[in-house]
Amino acid sequence: MNFEAFLQNLSNGISLGSLYALIAIGYTMVYGILRLINFAHGDLVMLGSYVAFYGVAMFMLPWWLAFPLAILVTAGVGIVIERSAYKPLRDFPRINLFTAAVAVSFLLENLGIVIFGGRPKAFERPAFMDQMLNLGGVSIVSYTPIIIITALVLFGLLLLVIYRTKAGMAMRALSKDIEATGLMGVNTDKIIMFAFMLGSALAAAGGILWAIKFPQINPLMGVMPGLKAFIAAVLGGIGNVGGAMIGGFLLGIVEIMIVAFFPELSGYRDAFAYAILILLLLFRPTGIMGEVQAEKV
Amino acid sequence: MLDIKNLHVSYGGIRALQGISLHVPEGKIISLLGANGAGKSTTLRTIMGIVKPTEGSIEFLGGNILGMKSFQVVMKGIALVPEGRRVFTNLTVTENLALGAYTRNDKVQIQQDIEEIYELFPRLREREKQSAGTLSGGEQQMLALGRALMSKPKLLMIDEPSLGLAPVLSQGVLSRLKELNQTRGQTILLIEQNARAALSIADYAYILETGRITLEGPAAELATNDAVRKTYLGIH
Ligand SMILES: Nc1ncnc2c1ncn2[C@@H]1O[C@H](COP(=O)(O)OP(=O)(O)O)[C@@H](O)[C@H]1O
Ligand SMILES: [Mg+2]
Repeated sequence: MNFEAFLQNLSNGISLGSLYALIAIGYTMVYGILRLINFAHGDLVMLGSYVAFYGVAMFMLPWWLAFPLAILVTAGVGIVIERSAYKPLRDFPRINLFTAAVAVSFLLENLGIVIFGGRPKAFERPAFMDQMLNLGGVSIVSYTPIIIITALVLFGLLLLVIYRTKAGMAMRALSKDIEATGLMGVNTDKIIMFAFMLGSALAAAGGILWAIKFPQINPLMGVMPGLKAFIAAVLGGIGNVGGAMIGGFLLGIVEIMIVAFFPELSGYRDAFAYAILILLLLFRPTGIMGEVQAEKV
Repeated sequence: MLDIKNLHVSYGGIRALQGISLHVPEGKIISLLGANGAGKSTTLRTIMGIVKPTEGSIEFLGGNILGMKSFQVVMKGIALVPEGRRVFTNLTVTENLALGAYTRNDKVQIQQDIEEIYELFPRLREREKQSAGTLSGGEQQMLALGRALMSKPKLLMIDEPSLGLAPVLSQGVLSRLKELNQTRGQTILLIEQNARAALSIADYAYILETGRITLEGPAAELATNDAVRKTYLGIH
């Protein structure tokens, strides 16, 4: 492989990784607060891309209106899911919550099939995202840097919220001790809702960018990115937002690079993610950034 | 200020409180004493809306607070320093204090109050940027107390501040409480294992036994009561 091909693969890996990272954050935030693997999270990726698709294709909205709108709608759906399916179960054993998450996932996928139709749809990229660019002798398609930069901007905004706002501070406290956070005068239900909203918004952004990168959408398209992002979250140390970002990038880059260096293994591409996960769990069960923490009771 | 009447609380089949009534007047230190498992923490947790009672009433400043969530009780003017301190070990010392002021919006005054807490507990200032997890038990207790004070509570409730602390340290915490009461008129409801120390700073005390109040009276009187001396002060 020559250097140019290497750089092309690298940028491809980084952009894939930034998508995993965007989606992984929602898993990790919800887990950090509720100790719940939100199984339905991947389906919000699908929902985000469909709403964006219909905004452009059916309602003729410009992309710069349709995309943010799709993020808002998905964030709203995330809140509705939390309120209706998870909040009523919060005081029950964790397995109930997990079962509810699986149910919500199936519900979203099947509603997707009923409402959007099972046939894949072609997602149309805005024209400026489809230009060939020549960056220092390396030619890449413009959506690649656009995906990466958008993701980085969103990460920056998220970190600002988490580390520089009152609600963010409450969110960090909540992930340690919900009850004690309430004793500080924090309306914990509202903060949990806020966390779901942020995670769902990022999943929608991930879904739209995913559809820009892989412009065929279908109602089950969220499953694989969801699984990979979940693995990324575990790699980074589940519950840790910075870890989810690192895990996402790492997974994306490794996945692309292995296929690039060993093309004959490309059929096993998805298996690598699981292999990495198993290895990591064997040698560092808490993930890259994870700390050993007591199980919540 | 705080009026509890006929409070019953059950955890599943365990009847933790079986009709307790107590009164906390403004400006006083009231102590709740009792052996492990008597229901002391349950009482405070019920006041904070963490546990739901099956019967009874809780009034604060003349208004009902039963059925409120913790954050609403805090907004009414009650703060709890929970058993085991429960500082946020992933936040810095300053962030812990700032979170204590979550219900307030007066930024400048909050900053001044954080300063005041640091004057009260200089050990905390030395560690203001460290995560609370790196503090010793005594420092964490100071932080938990400072954090509760940051909401400017009308009623401060403290659950076993000397738990796990060396006697010298716990004596220090208790004398701080007395100081707060005398200089600021802070009303305090104190739970303490060390009955002798608690009775020495309290105005009035209740003794709780397996979910019932079996004795109450001015602290000075209880300290000389034979039964109390035998059971809680270890004097025979
Ligand atoms: N979360 C709980 N679930 C079930 N039982 C509890 C719980 N918390 C306390 N109890 C029981 O309620 C009783 C009173 O406990 P508690 O209020 O913690 O006592 P104290 O603070 O006086 O030591 C005890 O019998 C205890 O075992
Ligand atoms: Mg207790």
